[in-house]
Amino acid sequence: MRFMVLVKANKDSEAGILPSKELFAEMGQFNEQMIKAGVMLAADGLQASSKGARINYSGEKRVVTDGPFTETKELIAGFWLIQVKSREEAIEWLKRAPFREGQVEIRQVFEASDFPADVIPPEHAAREEALREQLQRQAAKQ
Amino acid sequence: MTDAETHRAIDAVWRIESAKLIAGLARIVRDVGLAEDLAQDALVAALEQWPQSGIPRKPGAWLMATAKHRAIDRLRRNERLHRKNEELGRETETQQQIATADLDAAIDDEVGDDLLRLIFVACHPVLATEARIALTLRLLGGLTTEEIARAFLVPAPTVAQRIVRAKRTLAEACVPFEVPGAHERAARLSSVLEVIYLIFNEGYSATAGDDWIRPAICEDALRLGRILAELVPREPEVHGLVGLMEIQASRLRARVGPSGEPIVLLDQDRSRWDRLLISRGLAALQRAEKIGDRLGPYAVQGAIAACHARSPSGAETDWARITALYDALLQLAPSPIVELNRAVAIGMAFGPAAALELVDTLNSEPSLRAYHLLPSVRGDLLAKLGRMGRSAYRV
Repeated sequence: MRFMVLVKANKDSEAGILPSKELFAEMGQFNEQMIKAGVMLAADGLQASSKGARINYSGEKRVVTDGPFTETKELIAGFWLIQVKSREEAIEWLKRAPFREGQVEIRQVFEASDFPADVIPPEHAAREEALREQLQRQAAKQ
Repeated sequence: MTDAETHRAIDAVWRIESAKLIAGLARIVRDVGLAEDLAQDALVAALEQWPQSGIPRKPGAWLMATAKHRAIDRLRRNERLHRKNEELGRETETQQQIATADLDAAIDDEVGDDLLRLIFVACHPVLATEARIALTLRLLGGLTTEEIARAFLVPAPTVAQRIVRAKRTLAEACVPFEVPGAHERAARLSSVLEVIYLIFNEGYSATAGDDWIRPAICEDALRLGRILAELVPREPEVHGLVGLMEIQASRLRARVGPSGEPIVLLDQDRSRWDRLLISRGLAALQRAEKIGDRLGPYAVQGAIAACHARSPSGAETDWARITALYDALLQLAPSPIVELNRAVAIGMAFGPAAALELVDTLNSEPSLRAYHLLPSVRGDLLAKLGRMGRSAYRV
């Protein structure tokens, strides 16, 4: 199963101040541990919200708001995507992250099997049909 | 934390630490079976103590220290029982090793070397394939006997017995806790890769049970493959295998229809393929190509999988390249099934007539007589040639 680990923003990350050399090095080691354990699928840091934007939807209307956004603690400054055996394993890994302050949030990613079968079929069946026809046409041309 | 929560947390710690723990202990006691017993002792101690004391700040170090104490206890007990000079000599030596070998202080590389030794021992050719699989999942994957039993749908006592026997076989054969030397390294590595791919395939097209796929087993195999790729980054076939597994796993959710029926590659909804795993797979294959002079069988199969992964549809696939890759695979690992797949690719690339000729020669191949895909491939080619009547008659 997969988990996305959301790293919350803080004043520094929002001000565009990069982590200290020490934290950077420790983070590198932590990532290396997760790579060597075959656990880490992806990870990245996000730039300050001042460089981002928000889009609000209301019916057909779209309202775009430029960053920065004020509620710093609710913002996200980075993420990991990890593949582990259990929620507890995800927690155990993140307890080892070199943070001295702040917060991360661990969220499980949906798997295909989490969706009831009837969410997928009609569209899927139609696509399958189209692909078959396409192949048949292709084969007929040959 | 309730006791149940603590137990789940201990399971998680075990999953992360057990391989390193067993590998480190095996280096000290020079016996993988004994190392595993000691690690299990430490786990039992954790299960007894952690619900009261809480989980220590460095659980891996705690488990290692506890296991070392157990090792010394056992040796003392043996000493009282046997009081043989040679054993006393051995005990002193081992005690010194235990005193000096501090896993915390050990640099990462050393832990890596131990893990690599452990993988090679678990996949040692003196063991039967089933035993290699069970031991690898147990020692490297951190799976319990029950989890392995569930994965392979066999009774837990059967797995337990397999593991006990495997450990005994290793001890009797005096298999050293070593990375094999240059002369046997290629063969031994290919045994390791085979074990990992067998585990993967058990999840990818399950041979037992009601489910056609069991993704959790694929994840176990992928994890082992990714670990190995970091341990021996200069071995192209390891990256080839990882690339192959990542790309195959990317199709898992498109591989099963709503009522659990298998969907073959050309009928799959490609929008459901996992792009992240595809890009990871392509990156692994690139690594394999960069360090290898010529591709091995896993890298070639990975390259074939990559052709499909890159293509937006079956019709737009580079079938000529796939045909060439199957030619290469036939040279490396000839098999009638590879020939059949090559025939399918030829049919897609150059038309059904050429393919039908090949398939008809395969029809007489004894090992393919019971292969369910042969008649359907043949029927498909005949249908394309517009000889429906004949296909209905022959298929």
